[in-house]
Amino acid sequence: MTRLLKYKSLQVGTFGIVLALLPLVLTNRYYLNVMIFIGIHTLLVVGLNLLMGYAGQISLGHAAFFGLGAYTSGILTATYHMSPWPAMVAAVVLTAFVALVIGIPALKLSGYYLAMATLGFGIIVHICFKELNYLTGGPSGLVGIPTLAIGSVILDEPARYYYLVWFTTLAAIALSLNIVDSRVGRALRAIHDSESAARASGIYTSRLKIWVFVISAAYASVAGSLYAHFITFISPGSFDFMFSIKLVTMVVVGGMASIWGAVFGAATLTLLPEVLAVFHDYDIVVFGLILMVVMIFLPQGLIRGALDLLEKYRLRRGVAGESV
Amino acid sequence: MLKIRNLQTFYGRIRVLDNVSLSVKPGEIVTLIGANGAGKSTMLNCISSLIPSREGEILFQGEKINGQPPEAIVRLGICQVPEGRQIFQPLTVLENLQLGAYLRYGRRERSYIESDLNMIFSLFPVLLERSDQVSGTLSGGEQQMLAIGRALMSRPKLLLLDEPSMGLAPRVVVDIFQTISKLRREGLTILIVEQNARAALKIADRGYVLETGRIILQGSAAELMEDHDVKRAYLGRDYREFTEGRS
Repeated sequence: MTRLLKYKSLQVGTFGIVLALLPLVLTNRYYLNVMIFIGIHTLLVVGLNLLMGYAGQISLGHAAFFGLGAYTSGILTATYHMSPWPAMVAAVVLTAFVALVIGIPALKLSGYYLAMATLGFGIIVHICFKELNYLTGGPSGLVGIPTLAIGSVILDEPARYYYLVWFTTLAAIALSLNIVDSRVGRALRAIHDSESAARASGIYTSRLKIWVFVISAAYASVAGSLYAHFITFISPGSFDFMFSIKLVTMVVVGGMASIWGAVFGAATLTLLPEVLAVFHDYDIVVFGLILMVVMIFLPQGLIRGALDLLEKYRLRRGVAGESV
Repeated sequence: MLKIRNLQTFYGRIRVLDNVSLSVKPGEIVTLIGANGAGKSTMLNCISSLIPSREGEILFQGEKINGQPPEAIVRLGICQVPEGRQIFQPLTVLENLQLGAYLRYGRRERSYIESDLNMIFSLFPVLLERSDQVSGTLSGGEQQMLAIGRALMSRPKLLLLDEPSMGLAPRVVVDIFQTISKLRREGLTILIVEQNARAALKIADRGYVLETGRIILQGSAAELMEDHDVKRAYLGRDYREFTEGRS
């Protein structure tokens, strides 16, 4: 137990130090912006991975929770001039509540049906963002969202915001690593494997599924608030169905049921379009091709897949694997 | 301890259990034998509440339990070792065992859980050897041991075993059944559903014979072993002549 704990703190610690030192090398604003987006996406994907990768429940409406976080923060601060931190808390509470209300009926479904239900929810929320003009500013978006400040330090520089985002994301990663190795984490994976066997072991599966749904919505809400305060302008286009799909893709590409896989998936799929900009109009085609190749050759996701390939290579080289 | 009265269960419009009544007293091993499709597994799944029962009642320690959710049944002290093991294959052996104690972790019984783990490991030493291994890679017999171990981790008062011999080598079946009688000597009450009637009757105190949803025969294990119909239908007619003829 303690060895595991040490190992985990070591992982998170190392990752944290690398991230802390990164801005010293990456002084370019553009790179920092990309890193901030990777952080926000990671936060989203780590939360979604708890739901999808561990508990095996799909959500095709996660952009809605991201949007609820962003819009609640945005509306409360820009329109009602509330201070950002309490607004962010309010956003989390509201989003969690919505997730609870949606989750109670929706999570009675499973597989394709749950996918359809969450898809429908995502579309409805997206339409609300577009049509509730007086609240959300409609299709033209919501402007004038203030940037965040900690005390008297205003986080208007990307380098400062970078630390805020990654601090939050690291905390979320640490929390998730703990959830995953706890009794609850085991129960989630048991649900993924066989729900009736899980119930026969005394796991209250319906309650637990709702709980993880709410947690992952809360992660998304925090990510949404951070996003809104960073770019200070939000419009419905950022929270549409395509974005939900993108999040699911990040989970799958990184590797289901792996927290570090989620980090890796978010980073890869955020960086890829930036790198692919050299292909100009064809970037989306190349993007699709890369995804197809990954799924065909590394269906377990990049991290697991790479480890498997390494293992195969070692075996072929005649280095006997250690017996377990 | 367990009392079932006039239980009726349907799959759609098909009646699977027809007015079944049976009882299990504390400290007993009771076996339910019968052919494929007789309704044996359905019976256990009804007790575990994985399948709803339409009529009749299931009483556990005097309390009516049908209609309660499966999680609540485990909480009351009934745990099933399902047919075909149903262990959580992607999880390690240790994690499977810890999952068995899921409800107890919530009740802050950590130190007891540790000692129960050690008890399971002394019962099935092979599980200790393989505790960090992904359980899907275990052999059939080891998976059966793990499934029993997982159920025991919930500290049941009544253990339900569904076809523990299924798909196992004869020698492993002997081991598993020896362990089952050992568990009874330690005070556990057990209800076994089996197709391998001989193995089950050997360790059981009493038995019931189920045929197409009805109990057609009941009695002490010794009586059933000697019963003409049971011999013919479930033990294999003239098996004695057959085995003696070979030796």
